[in-house]
Amino acid sequence: MLSSIIWTPLLFGLIGLLVPRRLTAWAAGLGAVVTLGLTIAVLIGFDSGGGMQYVTDVAWISGLGIDYHLGVDGISIFLILLTAAAWVPAVIFAATRGQERSPGLFYLMLLAGETATLGAFLAQDLILFVLFFDLMIVPFYFLFGIWGQDRDGVKASAAVLKMIVFTLIGSLLMLVGAIAAGIIAADGGQLTFSIAEITARGLPDGSQNWIFWFFAAAFLVKMPAFPLHGWMPDAYRAAPLPALAVFSAVLSKVGAYGFLRVVLPMMPDAAELFQTTMIILAVAAIIYGSAMAFTKLDLRLILGFSSVAQLGFITAGIFALNESGGQGAVLQMVNHGLVVVPAFLIVALIAERTGSEEIGPMGGLAKRAPVLAAIFLIVTMATLALPASANFIGEFYILNGIYAQSAALAIIASSGVALAAFYALRMYQRTMHNPLPEGADSREISLRDAVAVVPLVLCVIVLSFCPQLVLSGSEPAVENTVNVTLEGAK
Amino acid sequence: MIFNAPDIDYAGLSPVIAMTTGLVVVVLAAVFDPVKRFGPALALLALAATAGLMIWQWNDPADLVAGQLRIDGLAITLSLLAVISAAVAVLLSLGDPAESQAGRSDYLALLLGSVLGMVILAQATSLLTFFVGLELLSIPLYALCGTNLRRRESLESGLKYLIMGSVGSATLLYGMAMLYGASGATGFNAIAEGLRAGDGMLGDSLTLVGVGLIAVGLAFKVSIAPFHQWTPDVYQGAPTPITAFMAVATKAAAFAVFIRFFLVALEPLADQWDVMLAALAAISIVVGNVGALAQTSLKRMLGYSGVAQAGYMLAGIVVASQAGIDAIVFYLGAYVAMNLAAFAALVAHERRHGFSDEIATLRGLGRSDPALAWPLTIAMLALAGLPPTAGFIGKLYLMQALIEADWTWLAVMIAVGSMISLGYYLRVVAAVWMSPEEETAAAPEPGLPPAIAGAAVDDPFADRDASRRWYLVGPALVATAATIFFGVIPQPLVEFAQHAGNAITTLV
Repeated sequence: MLSSIIWTPLLFGLIGLLVPRRLTAWAAGLGAVVTLGLTIAVLIGFDSGGGMQYVTDVAWISGLGIDYHLGVDGISIFLILLTAAAWVPAVIFAATRGQERSPGLFYLMLLAGETATLGAFLAQDLILFVLFFDLMIVPFYFLFGIWGQDRDGVKASAAVLKMIVFTLIGSLLMLVGAIAAGIIAADGGQLTFSIAEITARGLPDGSQNWIFWFFAAAFLVKMPAFPLHGWMPDAYRAAPLPALAVFSAVLSKVGAYGFLRVVLPMMPDAAELFQTTMIILAVAAIIYGSAMAFTKLDLRLILGFSSVAQLGFITAGIFALNESGGQGAVLQMVNHGLVVVPAFLIVALIAERTGSEEIGPMGGLAKRAPVLAAIFLIVTMATLALPASANFIGEFYILNGIYAQSAALAIIASSGVALAAFYALRMYQRTMHNPLPEGADSREISLRDAVAVVPLVLCVIVLSFCPQLVLSGSEPAVENTVNVTLEGAK
Repeated sequence: MIFNAPDIDYAGLSPVIAMTTGLVVVVLAAVFDPVKRFGPALALLALAATAGLMIWQWNDPADLVAGQLRIDGLAITLSLLAVISAAVAVLLSLGDPAESQAGRSDYLALLLGSVLGMVILAQATSLLTFFVGLELLSIPLYALCGTNLRRRESLESGLKYLIMGSVGSATLLYGMAMLYGASGATGFNAIAEGLRAGDGMLGDSLTLVGVGLIAVGLAFKVSIAPFHQWTPDVYQGAPTPITAFMAVATKAAAFAVFIRFFLVALEPLADQWDVMLAALAAISIVVGNVGALAQTSLKRMLGYSGVAQAGYMLAGIVVASQAGIDAIVFYLGAYVAMNLAAFAALVAHERRHGFSDEIATLRGLGRSDPALAWPLTIAMLALAGLPPTAGFIGKLYLMQALIEADWTWLAVMIAVGSMISLGYYLRVVAAVWMSPEEETAAAPEPGLPPAIAGAAVDDPFADRDASRRWYLVGPALVATAATIFFGVIPQPLVEFAQHAGNAITTLV
C-alpha cells in the first residue's frame, strides 16, 4: 500500500513520457490525483493510536543490512497527506499554463520529486531515509535549472548549483552519520538500520553528539534555517512557480520531520544537551526571517523569508521537547504547507496580471477581482496567524511549549508573531489595494485556476475551525516520540 | 628414471590461453585481405571467449604455474570488468581516426595485449608475474595513446605516459628488489611468511622502504595523488576510446594486484601501511576533486575525477577487511558502468563536433541529442554519488566498510570529496540541459581546440550521424541502464563483489 503511494507518481511521470505530447499533462494530473486518493485511503484505514502501521519490511541490500522498510504513524500520515494534496494543484496549475519546453521531462521531474518526498516521509530504515532525502533534490535541481529563469544576472544554473551543493553538504554528512549510527548501535552484532531498532539499542553519549550535528546540518540546510539559508534567495527567484510551491511547502518539512523522526528518538542525550542551542538558532531564524521578509520587495522572497521564520517556529516547537511543542510543530508543518502552495500560485497569478513580482510598482488588483483578493486575504491571514486561524493555534502550542523550557526565549519568539503581521499585511496591501498602476490588468481568477487554488484554501479554513483533525491524530505519535526522547535522555 | 611431466591445469589457465590465442589470431588476420575487416569481430570474439572461460572457472579457485598465478574470485571479477571495458573500447574505436591511422589490426592487437596483461596482473601471486603483468598492460597502452598520429597531443600523451610509466615501473621494481632482500621470497604467501619469520625483518627499514617504493609505483599506475600528474594530460591527449579503456580497465586490474599484494604479501605489516595508504587516499581525494574544478576539457576533468575516485577506492584497501575488498570491487563495478556511459557518449559527441571535448561544446545537447545527453547526465550524477545510481550505493558501501573499521575520518573525507565534486560534475549537467538556446547553434565552432593539426573543416572522420550509431549509443545506453539498475537493485553486484572478497582468505 505505502509502496504504491510512493511509486505511483513516478509511474505516471514515466507514462507521461510515452503518451503523445498533448496528453502528458493529463497523465501527470491523473498521477497526482491517484496518489492523493491512495493517501486518503490510507488515512481512512489509519488508527491514530496504533503506532507504526501499513508496515512493509523486506531486505533490500542484505549484504549491507539495509531494508526496504516503510511505515506510517501519526506524524507522517499528515505529512504524506500534505504532500499528495500539495502536488495536485501544482500539477494542475502547471498543466493549465502549458509547458512549451519538453513537457514530458517537466512532469517526470515534478512527479519524481513527489515520489522521493513521500519516500522520505515513509522510510523507516535510516539509509533508505537518507537515500530518499538525497533523491528529493535531484528532480528539483533539474526543474529549477531547466525551466527556471535567470534573474538580475544570476543564472538559473548557478542558483541551482548553489542550492544542490548546500543541500548535499548536509546530506552527505548525514549519510556518514547514518552509517555510523547503525554500526555503533549494532556494536558488533547483527547490523540493522531500522530507526526503531537503533533507537531501542541506543547510542553511546559521545557518538550521539557528533552524529546529532551531522544530521542537524542536513535538516537545517533543507529547511532552510538561519544561518544556512544562503542558497534560498537565488534558488527561489530562479524557480518556476508551480515547482517552487511544492518545494517550499513540502521539502522544507522533511527537514523538520527528520528531527522528529530520527534525531529526537535516536539521539535523546544530544537533543537534550543541544536543546537550548537549537531553540536559540530557531528564535534567531524567526527574527531574522521576519525582518528580511519585511524588507524584501520580491513576493517570492517575502514568502521565502516568511518560511524561514515559520520553520524557526517549527524547530523551536520540536526542541521544546514536550508534547505541546511537538503537537504545535506538527500542526504548523501542515498549516504552513497548505498556506504556501496557494500563496506561490497566487504570486504567479499576480505576475500574470501586473507583469512583475515586485510589490513596488503593483497595487489595486482587488478592484475587479474580489474573489482573488479574498483568497489571498485568507492566505495572508493564515500566514500572520490571526486568532482563529490554524496557524494561531499551532503557534500558540509551540510558544506554550517553549515557555515551559525558557520564558525569555518564548517572549522573544512571540515577537515573530507580531512581525508576521507587518510583512503579511504589507504584502497584501501593496498588491491588492492602492491605485491600479498602468499596464496592470485587474482580472478575476479564472475557473481553472480556482480549481487549483481553492481546494487548498478550503483546507486552510477547515483546519482553522477544526485543528483537532490533525492534533488528535498526531497526539499519540508525538507523545510517544517525546516520551522516548525524555526517557532515553535519562 | 621416471620423468614427471609438469601437471598443467589447462582449465584454470584457459582464460589466459584464450586471450593469447585471440591476440595472435587478430595479428595474423591482418595478413590475409579477405579476413582483415573482421578484426573487431575477432577481437570481440576473443574477449567473449575469455569472459566465458572465466565465468566457467567462477567457483574453481586454483593455483597455476607453480603458484605464480592464482585464479580466484578476486581475479575473475576484476578481469571480467577489464574485459567488458575492452569490449566497449573495441566498439567505440570503430571509425575512430586513431584506429585507421595506426592500422586497425595493430591497434586491436595492442589493445588485446594490454587486456592480456590485465588478466595476468589480476591473477598474479608473485613479484615476477606482478611485474610481467604490469608491463604487459602498460607498454601497449603507451603506444595506444599515441595512435592518433595526426594530433600532436596524442603523440605527446603517448610519450608522456611512457616516461612517467617507466619511472613508476622502475620505482616499483626497485621496491620489489628490496622486499625480496628482506623476505627472501617472491611469492606473495612466501613473502608474508618470510616477513613473519621472526628474524627482525618485519620492522626493518629495508622492508619498509621497499613497501613504500612499491606503493609509489602502484600509485603511479592507478593515478593516486601526488603521483597523478600525468593523468590529465594523458587522458586528454589519448584517443577517447583509449582514454575510456585506460580509465576503467587499468584501475580494475591494478586494484586487483593492489589488494592482493597488500592484503596477502604485506598482511603482517598491515599496521604500518594502513596509515600511509590512508594519507595517500585522503590526498588523492582532495587533489583530484579540487583539480577537476578548474577544467574546461571534459577528458581532463574525468582524469582528475579518476584521481579522486582512485582515492575513494584506495580507502577500501586501508580498512584491510573483507568488507573493504567487497566495497572496492563494488565501487569498481559501478565505476566501470558510469565511466563507460560518460565516455561512450563523449566519443559520439566528439565525432559530431570536430573532436573537441570542451565542456562548452555540450551546450544544448539535452535538446539536440537526448540519446547522448542522458547517459552523460546520469554518469555525472552517479560519479557525484547521487541516488538512485550505483555510484551512491558504492560510496555507501565504502563508507560503511570504513566506519566499521573505525576509519570514520576517512569516510568523512569521502563525503567532503563528493561535495566538492558536485561543483564540476554538475557543471557538465548544467551545460547539457541548462544553457540558453541561442548559444547552442554557435557552440561547435568556437569550441574547436586550436591544435587539431591537419583537421580540415571536412574531417574525414567526422560523423554527423554519430548519435545514431548502434556501436556508440548502444554501449552508452547499456552502461547507463546498468548504472541505474545497480543503484536500485544493488544485490547482484553486491554478491559479485563478495565473491571477490571471499577469495582473500588471509583475513579470515
